[in-house]
Amino acid sequence: MKLPIYLDYASTTPADPRVVKKMQDCLSLDGNFGNPASRSHAFGWKAEEAIEEARQHVADLVNCDSREIVWTSGATESDNLAIKGAARFYKTKGNHIITSKIEHKAVLDSCRQLEREGFSVTYLEPDNNGIVSPESVKNAMNSETILVSLMHINNEIGVVNDIESIGKITREAGVIFHVDAAQSTGKLPIDLTDLNVDLMSFSAHKTYGPKGIGAMYARRKPRIRLEAQIHGGGHERGMRSGTLATHQIVGMGEAFRIAKLDMEEDNKRIKNLKDKFWNGIKDMEEVYLNGDEFSRAAGFLNVSFNYVEGESLIMALKDIAVSSGSACTSASLEPSYVLRALGLKDELAHSSIRFAIGRFTTEEEVDYTINLVRDSVEKLRTLSPLWDMYKDGVDMDTIEWAEG
Amino acid sequence: MAYSKKVVEKFENTLNEPEKNSVGRWNPSDSDIGTGMVGAPACGDVMRLQIKCQPKNNSHVISDVKFKTYGCGSAIASSSELVDMLIGKTLEEAREIKNKDIANALDLPPIKIHCSVLAEDSILKAIEDYESKI
Repeated sequence: MKLPIYLDYASTTPADPRVVKKMQDCLSLDGNFGNPASRSHAFGWKAEEAIEEARQHVADLVNCDSREIVWTSGATESDNLAIKGAARFYKTKGNHIITSKIEHKAVLDSCRQLEREGFSVTYLEPDNNGIVSPESVKNAMNSETILVSLMHINNEIGVVNDIESIGKITREAGVIFHVDAAQSTGKLPIDLTDLNVDLMSFSAHKTYGPKGIGAMYARRKPRIRLEAQIHGGGHERGMRSGTLATHQIVGMGEAFRIAKLDMEEDNKRIKNLKDKFWNGIKDMEEVYLNGDEFSRAAGFLNVSFNYVEGESLIMALKDIAVSSGSACTSASLEPSYVLRALGLKDELAHSSIRFAIGRFTTEEEVDYTINLVRDSVEKLRTLSPLWDMYKDGVDMDTIEWAEG
Repeated sequence: MAYSKKVVEKFENTLNEPEKNSVGRWNPSDSDIGTGMVGAPACGDVMRLQIKCQPKNNSHVISDVKFKTYGCGSAIASSSELVDMLIGKTLEEAREIKNKDIANALDLPPIKIHCSVLAEDSILKAIEDYESKI
């Protein structure tokens, strides 16, 4: 077994070796290096062919028409294009947007920008399990509402929103529905002919593809129109200009082709590893699973180890690559806004670790991690004055803390 | 963010050999013990520093120290570093220890300076508590 162990698959994934091979073939003189927009020679035609094949693979994974897929630089750009593009195009219809407090920053910051431009935005609170209820979406709508933007799988806790039910509500109201699906490709089946989703964001590097490439789905029937955010040569039907990066796109196409092929098998294995992991630590005292236990994507485990600060735990787990909702890992000194929106007390948010299991995680790695986590938490609790107080039966909510 | 070598070393030593590194507690009501607790769970760090003191000449000397810290690696390393600085000092000398001394000893990056500030506060509180008993 090789150390350190990578358990941060929700942050990014390594490219699958099959993806790397495909990409390498699109770079050098003897490969497929042409500009897909070159109409005058075979180099361009061949590159365009590869682009369209990749577009079909992406469309196949989410069951849509390949003409509904637009290449972008990643899910962040897709979120920006979908939200700002739709809001600005349809601003004469209304100025109200609905999203949630636990969206990715790409969505939240796009909404903040629109607020500065005069739009009004409702930030929904999720339930305590992290799920945004369809009722709360319905209740937040008014005659000015033009857009709802919600994520499919939350990137910190892995819980899954009911986009099927929410789509029914938005479609009935004639409101555009954007879904950030950066975390869900290859983890959950997505059928866009069935779902009433109008815009969807995808990322390659969360699904064993390369970084720097993503895609956006824009429905054709009923047709959703957007104001372009990047202007130039009119690529991607004017929605996103810029020379297409053949190697990146081919990599994403291959990654999504493999995702469709291997999704069931992958997820079964990953879920077993996740269950093994959780069963290996859940009997410890004061350990909490964050987010709904059942409506969640296979690889995610966001756990709070009470009375242990998350960053110190990460330091103790130096052979394991994970991330934390602790303030100390961010520049802001604020604990995770996602966990706080779930109603978690600050100290539990500070004590949280996200373990994300993926395609290349082994059983041996999980066993090793279980032992290391148990040992490290115990050691850090020996060091923790809060653990002493808990053991002494002190009610910490009644203490007046001298804040440093 | 990468940690300085000194923080990592201090943190790991403290974690793996807590007793040797003065992790522990005394009864705070003992007359020769001064206790200072600073920080808050909601802020992500709490330090509890205890000094054991003896009268000597016209002053009082810190003969031993115990601590426990809930916080990030730098907070734990800062408390542990502070302990090394305190033993054998008079209360007057201990008061002179500034957060900068701790930050410099550990090469703390600017974003972790608050950990050393907290450590400085904990000495002052512990001394205050001890002095209230004499």
